[in-house]
Amino acid sequence: MTTDQTAINLIKVDSLEARGIVKRFPGVLANDHIDFEVHAGEVHSLLGENGAGKSTLMKILYGMYQPDEGEILVNGKVVRIRSPLDAMSHGIGMVHQHFMLVPTLTVTENIALGLPSSRKVLLDLDVVARRIEELAAIYHLQINPKAPVWQLSVGEQQRVEILKVLYRGASVLILDEPTAVLTPQEVDGLFKTLHKMVAQGHALVFISHKLWEVMALSNRVTVLHTGRMVGELPIEEADERKLASMMVGRDFLMRVDHPEVEMGEVHLELKGIRALGESGLESLKGVDLRIRSGEILGLAGVSGNGQRDLAEVIAGLRPPTAGEVFMEGVDVTGWTPAKLLEHGLSYIPEARMVDGTVGDFSVSENLIMKDHTYPPYADGIFMNFKNIAKESKRLVETFDIKTPSIATPIKNLSGGNIQKLILAREISRGPRVLVAAQPTRGLDIRATEYVRRRITEQREKGVTTLLISEDLDEILSLSDRIAVIFEGEIMGVVDRDDATFENLGLMMGGRKMETEE
Amino acid sequence: MDQILTYTFIAGLLAATIRMSIPLIFGTLGELFNERSGVLNLGIEGIMTLGAMAAFVGTYLTGSLLVGVIAAIVCGMILSILMAFLTVTLGLSQHVSGIGVTFFGTGVSYYIYRLIVGTPKVPPIVDPFQVIRIPILSDIPLIGEAFFSQYLLVYIAFLSIPAAYWVLFKTSLGLKIRTCGENPAAADTMGVNVSGTRYLSLIIGGGLIGLGGAFLTIAQNNMFTFGTVAGRGWVCIALIVFANWKPGKVLLGALLFSLIDAFQLRLPMLGLHIPYQIFLMLPYLITIVMLVLVARKASYPAAMLKSYSREE
Repeated sequence: MTTDQTAINLIKVDSLEARGIVKRFPGVLANDHIDFEVHAGEVHSLLGENGAGKSTLMKILYGMYQPDEGEILVNGKVVRIRSPLDAMSHGIGMVHQHFMLVPTLTVTENIALGLPSSRKVLLDLDVVARRIEELAAIYHLQINPKAPVWQLSVGEQQRVEILKVLYRGASVLILDEPTAVLTPQEVDGLFKTLHKMVAQGHALVFISHKLWEVMALSNRVTVLHTGRMVGELPIEEADERKLASMMVGRDFLMRVDHPEVEMGEVHLELKGIRALGESGLESLKGVDLRIRSGEILGLAGVSGNGQRDLAEVIAGLRPPTAGEVFMEGVDVTGWTPAKLLEHGLSYIPEARMVDGTVGDFSVSENLIMKDHTYPPYADGIFMNFKNIAKESKRLVETFDIKTPSIATPIKNLSGGNIQKLILAREISRGPRVLVAAQPTRGLDIRATEYVRRRITEQREKGVTTLLISEDLDEILSLSDRIAVIFEGEIMGVVDRDDATFENLGLMMGGRKMETEE
Repeated sequence: MDQILTYTFIAGLLAATIRMSIPLIFGTLGELFNERSGVLNLGIEGIMTLGAMAAFVGTYLTGSLLVGVIAAIVCGMILSILMAFLTVTLGLSQHVSGIGVTFFGTGVSYYIYRLIVGTPKVPPIVDPFQVIRIPILSDIPLIGEAFFSQYLLVYIAFLSIPAAYWVLFKTSLGLKIRTCGENPAAADTMGVNVSGTRYLSLIIGGGLIGLGGAFLTIAQNNMFTFGTVAGRGWVCIALIVFANWKPGKVLLGALLFSLIDAFQLRLPMLGLHIPYQIFLMLPYLITIVMLVLVARKASYPAAMLKSYSREE
């Protein structure tokens, strides 16, 4: 155990406790009298939907927010945590969901940031690098300390995040949805590290909305729903069904019907598509896909493997450097977005606030955005406001968009309602080809179910759909066939009946599969 | 051509190039600290003007060059605190705040100058810095004249380039500054005081920019006139893009610009029949061309222009 002592000076914490935490944001009660505790040597999971208040509670424990009521106790003593620095001095560390790393700096620089140096004002990066290597060996977190962070894979970047926290001697680690961005194989590696930490006497808070992970990892689980505590139970008394119903506040089984549909001709075909990404490097390296009418092709993959660029190529927003796109047999490569829209393409972009809508525009303006130059919304160069209002009201009703009025700027709507609005606009246009990128990301379970149902309905109307998603459950429940993209290449295409977490996971990690087509 | 290739012409050109590059070196290094911490300081023109005025008035009133230099640095720092208050504490637009600070700094400088000096027919002058000849080295032909027979502030400017590099890349403070400019949220979660670091960077930068202004009125010249700074602050903003936010390249950019500027000043002496305004345009024209070539590859600090607050 001597190596452990030279590597870090653990700030020993036996228990961390939050009592009666209340946090209000304008118009929202994010935490309503929450109690939560975690002890050394255990994993306590925090389960809840988006907006349940998990992240708020953890940010309070980490000193990023101040609670309006309630107290925090470390080792049974009341403490005030005013900043992340306070939290760290009490032995509390946080692994953020969105990595807090500086891509242009090296692993060592990222970890050394803000630490007192052994050489006073001068940096002691060589000393830090050596200690990182010692820590990495203990916790199975292999990393090259001298590598700049932008060169690392997502899994490796997460290791840096964990090392950052361990390096500061944290014995309580808060892990905010750490598996969201990992492949199934990387998740296995992470779990190994977490088990090692528990064995070393760390206390872990594991935040997730994936039930099987919570079941596999935790000793206890607390469930939150709309800012309130639904309950806390030891894992022996929990099962996935029970947790799911606690999480959504009703008995719920995520299921979207998937009836047999007659498939037609190939209506969307990609041949050898190559394109450059945002950074100027080639992000698509010869993508071939064929989707028939009435078919949903799910494109799975870890984020940042070219999905976004592929969607943009099809939507006419990104010029391919090679290859062709065919819609209903017509070569549409290089067409403008306007011409593609006219030709029956609808596109649900992944960045719904950036590419999908204009926040300061009203509900009705956003609804007619793509077709405002055509009747019934326009008479020549004039807008027909009567028809616009009538049609907007109809869409708001049909698609169950919760908004005070059709004149409300949509930035005041919730994420779920904005997505319903985009869906209403794209589907009401009567598309023949639909590209849906991350259509349910960040939505709560109810809105997710709604969006998925609407997309499957299109399939029954004979629409050709490319569904791009990082959510494997979504891909598996909606798709007829599943393709996996990795570093701009298709690793394989499988039928829905042949798809398993295992074979998809391997392909997401870069293994090519022989698939017949 | 014969006139250009004479020894005196080249020696004079080199010495002038070095002298004219000094305000640009101080200004660009100052701006480097600001931008590396995530704040684009368009107040630079006003801060430099204030520094130029403060240095002159300080020396004029006391007869001490040291007082002038200190006045320039302190005034530059104070005006930068205003910039920091607007952009860091209040989180206002950095563009608008910077332009506001430039107008304010310029106006206040002229106002104070008038208050103290009034409007005499002949503008007053001070005894400026004298040339310090470094023994032996200053006797080297050509180079000696240009590099080792200069004002004290010139030597300080050249030393401040490695100093800035050392602070930004070799110290813990430098790592904090760079992280605040790249990802303030990451800095915050690591216990770095983002606001404090940005204030400090702006104050350091303000002192350097003020010093650049001082060089104009108590070294290169011996008086303060309205329009003394003449857009040098804006040139610094361009130079920093050219330098790709690296201290070493700041020197290269400043020397290149000054060489062209010093050269165009000497062109009319050659008796060419071209309006002198064309020559005046030359350095700026070349700046634009250089930016077109370089700026597309520029790697801006990722968090520049972004204010940071924790609860949002």
